[in-house]
Amino acid sequence: MTEIRYLAPRTLEDAVSAFAAAQGAASGTARILAGGTDLLVQMRAGVVQPGTIIDIKKIEEVTAITEQPDGSFVIGAAVSGATLHDHPRFGKVWPGVLEAVNLIGSKQVQGRASPGGNLCNASPAGDSVPAMIAAGAVVTVQGPNGRRTLPVEKVPAGPGRTTLTPGEILVSFTLPARPAGSGDAYLRMIPRTEMDIAVVGCGVNLTMAGGKVTAARVGLGAVAPVPLLVEDAAKALIGSTLDEAALEAAAAACRAACNPINDKRGTIAYRTKVAGVLLKRTAAIAAERAGRK
Amino acid sequence: MAKVHVTTTINGEPTEFLCEPQQSLLDALRNNLGLTGTKEGCGTGDCGACSITLDGRLTCSCLVLAVEADGHSIGTIEGMAQGDKLHPLQRKFLEMAALQCGICTPGVLIAARALLEKNPNPTETEVRFGLAGNLCRCTGYDKIVRAVMDTAAEMRETAS
Repeated sequence: MTEIRYLAPRTLEDAVSAFAAAQGAASGTARILAGGTDLLVQMRAGVVQPGTIIDIKKIEEVTAITEQPDGSFVIGAAVSGATLHDHPRFGKVWPGVLEAVNLIGSKQVQGRASPGGNLCNASPAGDSVPAMIAAGAVVTVQGPNGRRTLPVEKVPAGPGRTTLTPGEILVSFTLPARPAGSGDAYLRMIPRTEMDIAVVGCGVNLTMAGGKVTAARVGLGAVAPVPLLVEDAAKALIGSTLDEAALEAAAAACRAACNPINDKRGTIAYRTKVAGVLLKRTAAIAAERAGRK
Repeated sequence: MAKVHVTTTINGEPTEFLCEPQQSLLDALRNNLGLTGTKEGCGTGDCGACSITLDGRLTCSCLVLAVEADGHSIGTIEGMAQGDKLHPLQRKFLEMAALQCGICTPGVLIAARALLEKNPNPTETEVRFGLAGNLCRCTGYDKIVRAVMDTAAEMRETAS
């Protein structure tokens, strides 16, 4: 067995240079370690055999939750679901994102698993991703050529693949400030009540004024090789009172966006139908939350 | 292979050990430190038999590298009783026979303690969701849930 190196740098600069150097070396791949709830399982199964493991949890920026003066939130990529849950403000502002993050695994898994890991693991069914897409989250990545930001939906490239370039590390998610009358929600369909992988996941983020939707974003998971931003569904909702015609148009847009797999959890026909059903249910919860503010 | 030196606190005791960089914390607890109360079930974070706390946070020790424990504080089942005095959960599990083969019990107790620390008055549903990460291969869930509910009631009485 080849020797594994474990590094725990304290700065992003050190992490990026170690990551870039290790990826260029012949001694196998390098892997970023956040919560480890995917990486350690993959290592145990022999799916990945990293030559170098770079633990980013000693880097302050990657483990911090910051509410900015303008009302936006910056969530470090390695913040655990349990830490996010315990934040006094985050769940009040972004209940949908929080419920999506907190659906990932058991309490034990929540103690470690992070939204950054969920995104970079790039499962089409990752629960936090559609909610982050609906929230309009922008991610910050840092690599050998410096920093850049990109919309969260631009990160997944396919099952298990991301658009991050060699040496780039996911640093944080930035969720925008919330206008008054905003609410978000996330629902997923699974064949049992807990501890399973989404058959469909749906995130909806609404802003409402005078009973009408003024802004909307819809994210869908587990129905395509990557989680989707469904702009046509958002368009169908904007300007409406969330009447049945608008909801059905948005549901139709969700069904049209689906390009799912057939597997033991759900057939193509089932996933496609459920995508529309979940859109309506999730939008109703988001609207109720928007109205409560 | 170069071993890594880890300095940590286990059940309040400063502890140092050497481990391989890819060794899980579960493996190090059991095989390097002889703390075999923490059990290995699936090894993939699904069953909860290896539940511990890391800086007070419930987690599966099979999903943590031993090297990650450096500078952090670990709580295992061995630290649950105070000397001969069992934790109320341990006592209640015995009284109510909330275990059969026993392999899930240390993990269930650690998870139940974490649950009651956050929520001293859980509903049955909350207990079931809170322990959803702990599988009992004997399927003795009802007795476990009743024992946790009973312990919570007793601890609330003692506290008031």
